[in-house]
Amino acid sequence: MVPEVFRVERRAEEFPGTFTLHLSPIGMGRVAGFQPGQFSMLYAFGTGEVPISISGPSDQGSGYVYTIRTHGMVTRALENLREGGQLGVRGPFGSDWPISSLAGREILLVAGGLGLAPLRPVIYTLLSRGGGSAVRLFYGARSPREMLYRDELVEWSRSMDVQVSVDQAERGWTGRIGAVTDPLAATSFDAGKSIAFLCGPEVMMRFCIRVLLEKGMPPSAIYLSMERNMKCATGHCGHCQWGPSFICKDGPVFRYEDIRQWFHIRAL
Amino acid sequence: MKKIVDLLREHPFFDGIEEEYLEFIGGCGEIVGYSAGDALAEEHAPAEHFFLIRQGRVAIETYVPGHGKVCLQTLQHGDIFGWSWLFPPHQWTFDARAVDRVRAIRLGGKCLREKCSRDTELGYELMRRFARIMTERLQATRMQLLDIYGHPSRPAGGQ
Repeated sequence: MVPEVFRVERRAEEFPGTFTLHLSPIGMGRVAGFQPGQFSMLYAFGTGEVPISISGPSDQGSGYVYTIRTHGMVTRALENLREGGQLGVRGPFGSDWPISSLAGREILLVAGGLGLAPLRPVIYTLLSRGGGSAVRLFYGARSPREMLYRDELVEWSRSMDVQVSVDQAERGWTGRIGAVTDPLAATSFDAGKSIAFLCGPEVMMRFCIRVLLEKGMPPSAIYLSMERNMKCATGHCGHCQWGPSFICKDGPVFRYEDIRQWFHIRAL
Repeated sequence: MKKIVDLLREHPFFDGIEEEYLEFIGGCGEIVGYSAGDALAEEHAPAEHFFLIRQGRVAIETYVPGHGKVCLQTLQHGDIFGWSWLFPPHQWTFDARAVDRVRAIRLGGKCLREKCSRDTELGYELMRRFARIMTERLQATRMQLLDIYGHPSRPAGGQ
């Protein structure tokens, strides 16, 4: 697959080291439709490619939105792009959150750190359908300054239950301080009619899954987004093999029931 | 208006506790209210109570020289707060401050402690329940110590 060339229409600094790019295609380039949870390969010319989840609305056909944390050479090159800058985009790739199975269910979205980005398209979709009353978002971040989409969190809280917790905060923060598992453990839901989507650091998801299972949620109702070192994004190179699956092709969204055998194998 | 014992009965912490004990514990309790900024507990002060928070948020804080007060954790509706009354020297180890308007049931630790010494069955029940809370708080603290959001193992969290 050859990357399409895209242009940075808008760039927003979420907080130091984490930024959001709004992209649109150049010339005859196209914007393929995508499903919430899918990712693209972003190509910083001359440097390399990285897999990045799409974090914008899935019904907007004019471009893509990505939120990126600077970590290595490629993401640093992407960070240096300014409005008008160009990059290559391949995709979208991978599996998506099972949005079609949400009707009539209580929906728990559990995000940690940058894990809110792949869940944002789900939130957009649910809110556009007027389904906010069934949604509860639990968002854990390192500190109030390192929270994504702060304005949107306030806006979303008018339509759905949003519970934010941070690991540490300066004086003046009136929100919750503690682990994201605390509000999750304290919430009441009908385990048989609920569904949970988890995205964030693997260790966070592990503890959250434990809480959900203790509260009676079946493994078949828990979905999580996994990360590994994806390269080709088409299941050929083997870099992201995880047990019998390839994260890029069979994931990144998995049902916990299907992967729990190897989810708990260390160093896999 | 509900009696304290009715409010205790509704709380998961007291699930399965014998009625006779609930009546006794309820008899050691009072409904209290605090405004934002009020102290519920102060480090080194005698710890003679524990709290069941019914409304509002409480910050558990400590003073760090050069930094001022640092909030370690917040507790809110439904949370039980305070176990220093259980162990000598019966002094608070942290400050606790109301972040906003707080309503709570304050339960007398001293009278409970004396009762538990005489009635080891109640003592065991309460200790078992507090041990569970302590374990949950310890696990949450360990997660905070991991700083999981600060050090991504791969290029970008969730991506």
